[in-house]
Amino acid sequence: MADERHPLFLPVVLAGGLLFGFGLAVSRMTHPEVVLDFLTGEDLGLAFVMGGGAAVVGLTVWAATRSGRSAPLTGRRYARRLKTLDRNVVGGGVVFGVGWGLSGICPGAAYASLGVGNWPILWAVAGMFLGAYAQGVLRTRLAGADVAAAGD
Amino acid sequence: MAAELFPNGVASYAAGGVLIGLGTALVFLATGVLAGASTFLESTLSYVSDVPRFARYRASRDWRVVFTLGMVGGAAAYALAFQDGPWVTAVQPWRLLGGGVLVGAGTRLGKGCTSGHGICGVGSLADASLVNVATFLVLAAGTAQVVAALGVTP
Repeated sequence: MADERHPLFLPVVLAGGLLFGFGLAVSRMTHPEVVLDFLTGEDLGLAFVMGGGAAVVGLTVWAATRSGRSAPLTGRRYARRLKTLDRNVVGGGVVFGVGWGLSGICPGAAYASLGVGNWPILWAVAGMFLGAYAQGVLRTRLAGADVAAAGD
Repeated sequence: MAAELFPNGVASYAAGGVLIGLGTALVFLATGVLAGASTFLESTLSYVSDVPRFARYRASRDWRVVFTLGMVGGAAAYALAFQDGPWVTAVQPWRLLGGGVLVGAGTRLGKGCTSGHGICGVGSLADASLVNVATFLVLAAGTAQVVAALGVTP
């Protein structure tokens, strides 16, 4: 697959990441303190970060999907991001919410926080990898147990 | 009233949000991929682990590394231009580590994070994303307030 990729694929992804990270720094979401102030109701401005981002993406996705076209670099047909709504979506939201409220960090903001020089955020990055790893191992085992049980 | 709810105004927050949206929109328009930030955790684990759940992200793992390095670089560019030296959090390491573990597990179980569900999914008006965002907002606000009430600062 990597061989067939358009030469501009990685440069565009890099440019998108640069804009994304710059925006996170502008919004100060890279500061866990700002997120915690939002969650305790002391400064609700952070709502405009998700609101502004979702509005831009929403308009873009709406217009692109309506055009019926495909993406120039991949030939992929434009489509909305639709995940299946199941118990995991709610359970994951609960676990993520408690973690976000405890630490004031989420994945994108944590990566960008490294860029503003916030080295203690490495604790959070290490934690996120640990959590993602534990989740992957546990769910693989549970799926294996299901298959074994079904075979009985 | 507005000054009480928004002591730092809303302009920098909205501007940051629009830039985040533009970064996501650029990648989407060029590639058709609506990229969130948390898949990077599992796709990167596929470099060092054989767990099947991570292996399915192998095809995207290299560009997700590039996307994440871009985020670090974009924030660094802002810091170099507008910040007096590095900014360092005062939030205690145990909160960052413990919260990080839950964030890593919860975002992957729940199929997305603040960007995947919060921006891409909400922008797509996807019911799963709206439910996920409502859930994590309520839990996060409750948790932060309980932690603050227990006298943990910062």
